[in-house]
Amino acid sequence: MASLHSYLLVSGLLFAIGFAGVVLRRNIIVVFMCLELMLSAANLTLVAFSRFNGKNGLPDYDGQMLVFFVITVAAAEVAVGLAIIVALYRARQTIHTDELTSMKG
Amino acid sequence: MPLTLFWFFAIVMLVGGLAVVSLRNPVAAALAMVSSFVGLAGLFIGLNAYFVGVMQILVYAGAIMVLFLFIIMLLDLKTEEKQAPKVVPLVGGLGIVLAFTIQLFGILGKVPNKESTPIDYQAASEHYAPISKSVSERLADGQLPDVNLVGDVIFKGYNLPLQIVGVLLLVATVGVVVLSKRQTI
Repeated sequence: MASLHSYLLVSGLLFAIGFAGVVLRRNIIVVFMCLELMLSAANLTLVAFSRFNGKNGLPDYDGQMLVFFVITVAAAEVAVGLAIIVALYRARQTIHTDELTSMKG
Repeated sequence: MPLTLFWFFAIVMLVGGLAVVSLRNPVAAALAMVSSFVGLAGLFIGLNAYFVGVMQILVYAGAIMVLFLFIIMLLDLKTEEKQAPKVVPLVGGLGIVLAFTIQLFGILGKVPNKESTPIDYQAASEHYAPISKSVSERLADGQLPDVNLVGDVIFKGYNLPLQIVGVLLLVATVGVVVLSKRQTI
């Protein structure tokens, strides 16, 4: 059986991968996907803690509730974010972060 | 979950994540993300969170991925041409990630490790006996009525947050419609 540490390690590594993508990639849609990876890594941590800190012999369902709310907020965030990206593409004809410099000082 | 299955799903998830970061074609990155989320759903199911696992597949691998692919095809994105990577952002980014990973190992050494204990169906059945007879009976049979238990917690303990999240989704829908309307002024 896998222990709590292995779940935390795997979710931390997934978070690090997503973080690397956010910092290194220049395509704004891929940056967005990496944000989703980071949110999912946090979800895995929550579910792992809920399973390993049981209540009344069952997993602690309060942790899973937080996962549902994170998934809902992530879905709303993706919808709004992609709409912003489409509006950005209409205005500038690019989605590369290097070429979007109008707010640079 | 057996250790081999855990590592299988974990490696599917991590390799999918690495592919999202490293593949140049956005469509390939989106499909790699699907495999990453399928591995993650496998890990959720191994943690006895069946409903969360199914939701992960339905919402992420289903709805959100279709949305991403739809936008990629709508914008008609080409594969990124190879550019010489700039040194400062590359070193800075990898440095931050490396620092994070080192910190992760440091923190893991301090968190008390736990082995997973099997679900105690008898205690759970006794706890749910005054609340719901059918849930209690199924628990006594050694089944885990995951959806019933999740519904019990979400509607009794988290009713107000649930309503607020519903309003949030409505606001997001209205916001998307406003954003995608072509500005005529």
